[in-house]
Amino acid sequence: MLGDITLGQYYPGNSPVHRMDPRSKLLLTIAYIVGVFLISNLPGYLLALGFLWIVVRVSGIRFSYLLRGLKPLRFILLFTFILNVLFSQGTTTLLSIAFFRLTREGLENAVYFSLRLVFLVMGTSVLTLTTSPVQLTDALEHLMHPLACFGFPAHELAMMMTIALRFIPTLLEEADKIQKAQMARGADFESGNLLARARAMIPLLVPLFVSSFRRANDLAMAMEARCYRGGEHRTRLRELRYTRLDLYALLCMVAFFVLIIAEGMLLG
Amino acid sequence: MVNQQAESRIITDGLSYRYPEAERDAVSNVALHVRAGEFVCILGHNGSGKSTLAKLFNALYVPTEGTVWVCGMDTKDDDLVFDIRQHAGMVFQNPDNQIVATVVEEDVAFGLENNGVPPQEIRVRVDEALAAVGIKDKAKKAPHMLSGGQKQRVAIAGVMAMRPSVIILDESTAMLDPSGRQEVLSTVRRLNQEEGISIVLITHYMVEAAQADMIYVMDDGKIAMSGTPRQVFSKIDEVRALGLDVPPMTAMAQTLRSAGLAVRADVLTVDEMVEEVCRLQQKG
Repeated sequence: MLGDITLGQYYPGNSPVHRMDPRSKLLLTIAYIVGVFLISNLPGYLLALGFLWIVVRVSGIRFSYLLRGLKPLRFILLFTFILNVLFSQGTTTLLSIAFFRLTREGLENAVYFSLRLVFLVMGTSVLTLTTSPVQLTDALEHLMHPLACFGFPAHELAMMMTIALRFIPTLLEEADKIQKAQMARGADFESGNLLARARAMIPLLVPLFVSSFRRANDLAMAMEARCYRGGEHRTRLRELRYTRLDLYALLCMVAFFVLIIAEGMLLG
Repeated sequence: MVNQQAESRIITDGLSYRYPEAERDAVSNVALHVRAGEFVCILGHNGSGKSTLAKLFNALYVPTEGTVWVCGMDTKDDDLVFDIRQHAGMVFQNPDNQIVATVVEEDVAFGLENNGVPPQEIRVRVDEALAAVGIKDKAKKAPHMLSGGQKQRVAIAGVMAMRPSVIILDESTAMLDPSGRQEVLSTVRRLNQEEGISIVLITHYMVEAAQADMIYVMDDGKIAMSGTPRQVFSKIDEVRALGLDVPPMTAMAQTLRSAGLAVRADVLTVDEMVEEVCRLQQKG
């Protein structure tokens, strides 16, 4: 049950997208999402799709991987679509049944909102598929670093994320062990209604909780023994460096923006 | 004293430590001496104060009474704490709870990063340390994919990267299987012999203790016995009275002696036992 949870969804590779600096990947992903929200007609979305398709081809990820990421979102998508159809104000009525009026604007809104969600998820998936969690943490630490002047705990946050990532597999393994031990003594985790199953988790969670406190204590001691003293004057083994690749990626993004803005002005 | 400190890694004098709000000392009036290149073993049953002693060597705890000098530095001096921790590296018991990073080589770099070593230098030292403990091929692996023995070697590499003078292993083999124990122990012995790093090994495995240059047996926070493994283990009754065992070959030698065979009382290893038995046979 617990074994099949994978850590993140990183898809290892050595493509130009993989080799880009994680900071620029993060920033360009945000830029892409902003771009998608600027689009207001269907040809624009085709451009967004085309751009994404090229990035995915370069990264060597299969497109089906991205589509798979949409599956858990199907209900949210459906919900967004229906809500928009029902509650959008419009003038051109297409269909009218009792109080319900289907307008052209409402339908357009519904389609656009759903498409935006789809692109948002696929865009960020490209980021998480090509960037390992460690690189992402590094990027976040560097990007948040200027905020440290205002007392924002950038280093501490990144350290917490690293430790959390480090201990997820360890705690999963332990949970699995405790669960098997409880099952061997007749505990039942699978039958009963939702409440009964939730209650059955208590004997699993309590020992796990207690042991993670002990682990935290041990780890703090080990970190101290290894001269840990916070983020000040700390250096890193792997330095982040912008390369030519990042410049090319930036140019592609600029081109994308020029295209969607031009398209919006021509057809909007 | 000054001269003695220069060639010594750890000296304690009248060392006592009491946990806050405890009624008695966890470590009381301990005087011991770890010389350069020496392999010292600290034995003792659970609660005898041996782990507390280890934490005093690394300035994780500061003595309530007495003094600890690490390479001539007093652990009470706040300004020297990080120098002391760099010179006296610690490896703890639980392999899972002392690895910080999600990639092996980054964990090895952790101490160096904390000390602000420049990145190029970190790279060189991390590679050296990984090679020294023989896990260079695991550099990019995630720690949870390694065996217990390998995880402990990562921890040792993390200490080695700091270029320490002494490594303190606080029951670092206790949670490992026999092959993992062997793996860690032979790594430690090699670092001791080839790199001249002093080792303080805290354990309750007698076979490990038999390989040391010097043994201290702790009981109730005090040093109850000390000497070379031969000296200590030949006093079988005394060792057993402290709730410990002797190495299996020493125990066997005693059984043979009580059966009237004239084997030496201070046999420690299987090889020595073989030698003794052959000697007896030649005589007979």
